[in-house]
Amino acid sequence: MHNLLELLDAAAERRPDAPAFCDEAGACTWGQVQTTVQAVGTALAACRVQRRPVALYLDRGVRCPLAMLGTLAAGGFYAVLDIAQPAERIRRILDRLQPALILADAVHQDAARALDAAPVLTWEQAAAARPDPALLADIRARTLDTDLAYVLFTSGSTGEPKGVAITHRNVLAYSEWAVRTFRFDAATVFANQTPFYFSMSVTDLYSTLRAAARLEILPRRLFSFPVQLLEYLTARRVNTIYWVPTAMGFVANWKALDYTQPPPLRTILFAGEVMPTPCMNYWRRQYPDALFANLYGPTETTDICAYYVVDRDFADREPLPIGRPCENCGVLLLRDGRAVAPGEEGELCARGSFVAAGYYAMPDKTAQRFVQNPLQPNYPETIYRTGDLAKQGTDGLLYYCGRIDSQIKHLGYRIEPGEVEASALALPGVEAAVCLYDAPRDRLVLFYQARRRLDDPLRDHLAGALPAYMRPAVLCRMRTIPQNANGKLDRAALKTALAELD
Amino acid sequence: MHTNEEILKILAEVKPGLAPAPDTELIKSGLLDSVEVMQLVMALGEEFDIEITPTDLREENFHTVAAICALVNRLEEE
Repeated sequence: MHNLLELLDAAAERRPDAPAFCDEAGACTWGQVQTTVQAVGTALAACRVQRRPVALYLDRGVRCPLAMLGTLAAGGFYAVLDIAQPAERIRRILDRLQPALILADAVHQDAARALDAAPVLTWEQAAAARPDPALLADIRARTLDTDLAYVLFTSGSTGEPKGVAITHRNVLAYSEWAVRTFRFDAATVFANQTPFYFSMSVTDLYSTLRAAARLEILPRRLFSFPVQLLEYLTARRVNTIYWVPTAMGFVANWKALDYTQPPPLRTILFAGEVMPTPCMNYWRRQYPDALFANLYGPTETTDICAYYVVDRDFADREPLPIGRPCENCGVLLLRDGRAVAPGEEGELCARGSFVAAGYYAMPDKTAQRFVQNPLQPNYPETIYRTGDLAKQGTDGLLYYCGRIDSQIKHLGYRIEPGEVEASALALPGVEAAVCLYDAPRDRLVLFYQARRRLDDPLRDHLAGALPAYMRPAVLCRMRTIPQNANGKLDRAALKTALAELD
Repeated sequence: MHTNEEILKILAEVKPGLAPAPDTELIKSGLLDSVEVMQLVMALGEEFDIEITPTDLREENFHTVAAICALVNRLEEE
């Protein structure tokens, strides 16, 4: 297999009338998915997008995965935009991406045109095109498995979002592992929680495709109403969830499973941040027979490179391991170019078929993170340095030990404090800025140095520069930011100040 | 009996600048996201000394200012 659309061909042939993608407004069968993907692919092909990026400016719903696959049918690669984030950040992403085209909902076409980044085609126009199977077959014959499937933008430490470039081969290898390991099949019904511009959605979508399963795209607002969320899962007969721990914690904190008939879940997976063990234990008490697994991986390994299937009880205070490398995936723990001794912390580095091609149009950043395997100098072999620390426990399993730099996980999102700080520093009058994560209160705090209080203008400024999840909950002006003897900012002193905040 | 005005005051604390009509749709429209709904739930609990249970935390009780006001009044009576 060399093209992701072969997964769609197989699903459409096997189960043409079975529901494939569903949202609150409707559903489409595998046969309808195939027809729409071919229509959209034909329309995009007319815009000559082969081996070029297409930016998707769409509301969350069934048409997202249809547009993603339609882009692949035209031989292009997609970048799904978070349309709720400020236009300024979308522009920075599009500057880097230089898309051949923006595919937008008709209702968003004016906003998409106002970005002035590329020609805009509406979804409605694209979906109405008459499919040209001969053209699409010709394009597919000229597509390689090393061609890109998508670029996924994550927060960058210099204030510049980084686009992780993922190939067809990456996703083919990764989804093969996911389906085999978790035994997804045609009876699997996924409840997709994460947005399509977030790497965890790759597992939902491409496992669904490979298993000819069903993908339920959940309305975002259900994550305000825990009992209704569970009722929705029950009504849609969802049996598989792969959510960020924050979303599972929302259900656990409200003890929502005690207030309604629990949905018929049999597979419960989580990743994206550290799962608090008490939260998992709450879910496990409700689902003693379900399979629980803690998954670990950065966007740069497609989604996951290590995993742990929960096979025993954990006390609330015990940390969960991240387990072992996925099959056909290597994990190295390195320090100063050497493997650490068992039990020592080292930087977790990944090797194998899941490792991304690099950062899109960022050769310097790529060279920093995608490096030659230092343990094997005899031929070119790229490993990805995650920047995460991990160690091997006495049980032989891997344990996550935090970030080497200060990257933050908040609300399931990956946030580089540097991006928040760089945005704050862009406001005249702000002399220095440090963003910290206040873990006990689960919030971002920005300390800034200025002659006078700038809380209001700074808050407005950040609202125009950053998506909501990256905006600090607390702004704290300091006359001077503390420094240590080396002239570096004194994080220890700031952490003390953090603990003293209201 | 509490009034829509009291609810509006709390809403404006949760999300400065938000001043919807009593029947403006708050949830489906995306005016309030999930973090803001949680902040609102906490603020209502403190302000009116009521306990909002998971059973009460439903979209139909929060989708408009009028619905929130009706919920607060009902919980105070109970």
